Amino acid sequence: MAGTEEPTEARGGPDWEGVRLHVVSGKGGTGKTTVAAALALALAAEGRRTLLIEVEGRQGIAELFGIAALPYEERKVATVSAAQLGGPAKGRGQVNGEVFALAIDTEQALLEYLDMFYKLGRAGKALQKVGFVDFATTIAPGVRDVLLTGKACEAARRKGPDGRRAYDAVVMDAPPTGRLTRFLNVNSEVAGLARFGPIHSQAQAVMGVLKSPETAVHLVTLLEEMPVQETVDGFTELRAAGLPTGGVMVNMVRPPVLDAAAVAAVHGDHREEVALALVEAGLGGRSRTAATRRAAVEPLLDPLLDQAREHAERVALEHEQRADLAALRLPSYELPLLSGGVDLGGLYRLAGELKAQGAA
Amino acid sequence: MTTEQELSVDRLIDDPRTRIVVCCGSGGVGKTTTAAAIGLRAAERGRRTVVLTIDPARRLAQSMGLTELDNTPRPVKGVTGPDGPDGPGELHAMMLDMKRTFDEVVIAHADPERARAILENPFYQSLSAGFAGTQEYMAMEKLGQLRATGAWDLIVVDTPPSRSALDFLDAPSRLGSFLDGRIIRVLMAPAKVGGRGAMKFLNVGVGMVTGTLGKIFGSQLLTDLQTFVAAMDSMFGGFRERADRTYQLLKAEGTAFLVVAAPERDALREAAYFVDRLAADEMPLAGLVLNRVHGTGAPQLSAERAHAAAQSLEENGAEHEPGQADADVLAAGLLRLHAERMEVMVRERRTRDRFVSVYPDVPIVEVPALAGDVHDLDGLRLIGHRLGGTAED
Repeated sequence: MAGTEEPTEARGGPDWEGVRLHVVSGKGGTGKTTVAAALALALAAEGRRTLLIEVEGRQGIAELFGIAALPYEERKVATVSAAQLGGPAKGRGQVNGEVFALAIDTEQALLEYLDMFYKLGRAGKALQKVGFVDFATTIAPGVRDVLLTGKACEAARRKGPDGRRAYDAVVMDAPPTGRLTRFLNVNSEVAGLARFGPIHSQAQAVMGVLKSPETAVHLVTLLEEMPVQETVDGFTELRAAGLPTGGVMVNMVRPPVLDAAAVAAVHGDHREEVALALVEAGLGGRSRTAATRRAAVEPLLDPLLDQAREHAERVALEHEQRADLAALRLPSYELPLLSGGVDLGGLYRLAGELKAQGAA
Repeated sequence: MTTEQELSVDRLIDDPRTRIVVCCGSGGVGKTTTAAAIGLRAAERGRRTVVLTIDPARRLAQSMGLTELDNTPRPVKGVTGPDGPDGPGELHAMMLDMKRTFDEVVIAHADPERARAILENPFYQSLSAGFAGTQEYMAMEKLGQLRATGAWDLIVVDTPPSRSALDFLDAPSRLGSFLDGRIIRVLMAPAKVGGRGAMKFLNVGVGMVTGTLGKIFGSQLLTDLQTFVAAMDSMFGGFRERADRTYQLLKAEGTAFLVVAAPERDALREAAYFVDRLAADEMPLAGLVLNRVHGTGAPQLSAERAHAAAQSLEENGAEHEPGQADADVLAAGLLRLHAERMEVMVRERRTRDRFVSVYPDVPIVEVPALAGDVHDLDGLRLIGHRLGGTAED
């Protein structure tokens, strides 16, 4: 059918060359974990190494990759070749890339963080004893956000003994859009609260990474009113906060089967022709008389036309949503709806789409 | 073929013993719309209802007259009970302002001087402006307040888009355990007795702990934090009591939880998780609202037959005169569309059946998918009508 496949533009280099930290957010239900995972795969093609970070304790990454729950430890979850993502099978494509994943456990991260910056020894134990860890990770959840963003920045900046970056890119599956700016800005807030001291310097350093061109914040949306509105608001907030905007990831895009004009044409005048076509397609049964066959398709006509009207309405709405997104003037990527949910194969397919469209 | 019970929202909201309905579930499943639709329906069936929403979409908020976020229930225009404007039944709606709710709690529980010290404390300002978690506490606090006024027959609550379903239920008990926590006493110690008494009590060097905290946070933040904790001290008892009371309120007779989901794998997995959690806490689950369920007027035409018929039309299209050839293309499109719809329905049914086989006792009501979002009262009425269930008149 014509028009069901959007031609994927061939572009020059990937759009986010130089970006080390990809923050992926979106309204709940838009599939941001799936898109984050697909992006981590896409960025790993051509022999690169990426880290996918989960911060919400849902174990969504393990679920997606079909593996057991992830511990608080960076571990390899997938390998990927350029050929798997539809790239050339020769040259760099022959070297497999690797995707690592990390599900951050806040308590352990806090202890690790304290241990890294301060040699606490007995004092650290005392803190645990008086319930500081509980306090810091649950009641003062700002601390949780500092730890999560801090960990992501640390991984993005980490270098191995050979002086090379430990990861070519870090992808963070971040909290939903409604909380995003506060989440990313939490270090500014903390830096404002703690006006001196090591926490202050640490918060400043994390903010430095988050606001640099090495970071890009992508928002995942569907072609529906509320997610699009949240995406538009989200980018406005990010801009106001001085955080680097990334791309618009339009997820679960359904190919239009009929456009509004086609549906309009079906009404009134053409009802009879459509009925004849259905008869001709064999849906009127094998009765000998044309009248019986015509009568047999009658119960199908209204439901089919109703579905077409709903479809046209949806296509028109999607058209409006696309226009709102285009007004953001940001790079935009479209991922198809995979019927039956996303399995591992589907994830590679989405990664291939992202790569073909220049997101990686 | 399913054996599950059908959920009747009408039976729930018509029962005068039902005083609180809590809508929960993962983000993006239509929780806010469901809460608003239930509130409207209850009002139009004669109950004095208030809907507490957390973060409604702009146009939905406007449809209920919620143009500003002022933390007070406002009457929704154009809603009357079954006997007209003079009979029973009205709808109020409010959006949660979490900072203001927090401020009000402080003002209610501390003398003016202390309250001012708290409100001006930078630590408090940052906490109350909404770090993750504050929203959950304040939603529960507001629910407790609304219930305490006794002004409402029915309170319908939309829950915050939490990072996990757990946060919502954990809020009161977490606050409770925090208030029992020794960290508070350690922080309080220097302000109160210079540390000595507490030191003996805790078996930990208070100087060492506060010294370490000072090292980590910087001494100025520690001072702010201590001032904050000291100022809050007088309120803690009240806070804790309120949190406990709200938690008990959620468990009490008269409260009903509705888990909201869409017929998709992820949403139903979250729903299952929530059903388990409610059972573990002995919270009263009324049932599952399954939003955005697809249907068709022509179930007799299977996806396979529709595809095959479309294919034959596409192949033969060229043999006809122009007018009929166009109709053939259209009919083929209609058939492909129908096949797609049937496939979606099969998938949704399978997902739903999986849930039902694990939770056969959870009553379910389905709400059909609409082409666009709901943003007026008529749209909400339509959804309410679908939610009504078997008690439908």
